Amino acid sequence: MIKRVHLDHAHMQHLLKAMIRIRRFEAKCVELYQAQKILGFLHLYDGEEAVSVGVMEALTQDDAVIATYREHGQALARGVDPKCLMAEMMGKLNGCCRGRGGSMHFFDRARRFYGGNAIVGGGMPLALGVALADKMQGRSAITACFFGEGAVDEGEFHETLNLASLWRLPILFVCENNLYSMGMAVERAEADIDFVHKASGYRVAGEKVDGMDVVAVESAARNAIDRIRSENEPYFLECRTYRFRAHSMFDAQLYRSKDEVEVWRKKGPIVRFQTWLEANRLIKPEELATIEEEVDKEIAAAVAFAEAGPLEPVSELERFVTMEEVPS
Amino acid sequence: MNAPQATAAATRLTYREACKQALRDALLSDPRVFLMGEDIGRYGGCYAVTKGLLEEFGEERIRDTPLSESAFVGAGVGSAMVGMRPIVEIMTVNFSLLALDQIVNNAVTIPHMSGGQFAIPLVIRMTTGGGRRVAAQHSRSLEGWYAHIPGLRVLTPATVEDARFMLKGALADPNPVIIFEHVMLYNMEGDLPSDMKEVDIAHAKVRRAGRDVSLITYGGSLFKTLQAADALASEGIEAEVIDLRVLRPLDTKSILDSVAKTRRCVIIDEGWRSGSISAEVGMRIAEEGFFELDAPLRRVCSREAPIPYAAHLEDACLPQAATIVAVARELVRPS
Repeated sequence: MIKRVHLDHAHMQHLLKAMIRIRRFEAKCVELYQAQKILGFLHLYDGEEAVSVGVMEALTQDDAVIATYREHGQALARGVDPKCLMAEMMGKLNGCCRGRGGSMHFFDRARRFYGGNAIVGGGMPLALGVALADKMQGRSAITACFFGEGAVDEGEFHETLNLASLWRLPILFVCENNLYSMGMAVERAEADIDFVHKASGYRVAGEKVDGMDVVAVESAARNAIDRIRSENEPYFLECRTYRFRAHSMFDAQLYRSKDEVEVWRKKGPIVRFQTWLEANRLIKPEELATIEEEVDKEIAAAVAFAEAGPLEPVSELERFVTMEEVPS
Repeated sequence: MNAPQATAAATRLTYREACKQALRDALLSDPRVFLMGEDIGRYGGCYAVTKGLLEEFGEERIRDTPLSESAFVGAGVGSAMVGMRPIVEIMTVNFSLLALDQIVNNAVTIPHMSGGQFAIPLVIRMTTGGGRRVAAQHSRSLEGWYAHIPGLRVLTPATVEDARFMLKGALADPNPVIIFEHVMLYNMEGDLPSDMKEVDIAHAKVRRAGRDVSLITYGGSLFKTLQAADALASEGIEAEVIDLRVLRPLDTKSILDSVAKTRRCVIIDEGWRSGSISAEVGMRIAEEGFFELDAPLRRVCSREAPIPYAAHLEDACLPQAATIVAVARELVRPS
């Protein structure tokens, strides 16, 4: 049901560009990782772009986001500056967190982006607090709480859904179900893999959406947010998606077949949307070329910004362990 | 216990009442303050600290929570990121283990990891300690664990004045603060000077001055230590009793000043000896005050076992005044 997505020419290009930006940003990250300019873990969002892009389209700047550790796409789709993100990836002072968080811990106060969180499910209770504080302070904001299906294994998922429902908090739960928590297939981890059904156990209404279809995600998210506002209660979206690449750069992918990955790649969010646009003559080749060129420029600028960025002086290592004041 | 008689310029009250007045004050003085925890509202608080607050402040600000420690502590962290001043009560330190991820991985990590974009002005209150015959899973003293973690302030009010005013200081701190209320102190009475409006939350305090040996302690062990000091005095040994009050950041200077004066030191800690706050205090003396010492450092800690239910076993497990006396005496006058 496509209800409130106005698929005009500009919006279609915008959605496609947002997904291509994430894909190419991460492709560059892989190069920089191989060149050892990015270290540690690199959890790629490759294949899942439609989820963040679709959901973020439905949010306003007043809304809040709780992200996961696979949050490059979530941050970019939220509008966090790719330059600050790339600098963060490279551990530079001009990164969004001064190079202290790296790939798994992007924060951006100005965009109400309350953190990538590298403890699976660890961000979910934060969503309760953000939504509660907004409500208690009279703001009508929504908190979008992203988590993978692996978080459903954790107690925090259940505690959080229960409290969100009990306290009628305006939270949009976005389950990015990519079918594997690291190497653990969802059906090997969960007795009931119907997550919408699980949510209903806490009286949280929800629906499944094709997470490889950006328009379907945006549409579902817009409907969900309308419903959160009108019913004054949380809502649950299960976005079925797939991670094309390894869990991290250390993953030999023994737990799934190459054929399976290939089947999903054919359903990829970018190839699918782009093919549809092209088949219906909704995008011209030169428009696509322009999008790709602009994205490449943005990313080149981000890399240049990151490369030129200074390192945080070691003398500041303990700064912000305790804060002098609460930032306003 | 060992509290002096009330004078004209003081009010006599229990530690429990002091905690409650502190909470009430906080709620009255700052609309951003709200309370969350298990049975703090309709039940009145497991230890009756919050009794009456629900009726006065309503359900929005006195939030009863389900038994979901991780979720409601995390909700405290999240709300602190967005302008509120939550005071979260965890019924006991033992249950805080279920919320450890939110405390350790979120509350104390986010300010630093976000490059200073967020402070977490969160106060967590919890009871600690043994002595109530409730066995191992309700009797732990894990405040030393929390004192291990950079980014936290760890307070251990042992007196009525600290119970009354440490919360105010904790709420003014832009960082997460844990206040450990020893479970055996709630019924203790003490005098609150009527002109007292605040206490500092940075320094240790000399609770009894002495020249012969420093007895360094905190929390529920303070009054056992003061009893021990009385007993030692009757033998002609003048012990100085230091109440650490703040386990993190540790007030090393007050510790070293006392040891420089007495040249002997016993550390009394209801935590287990291995890897404890007593170990940290001792090591700081060893690092920075070694040449002031005339005798080896000594400790009186809990026996290294889960705290048992049976009264004689529990008593044997926990630091007691008689043990403190014996250890201090042996240090000052070796047999």
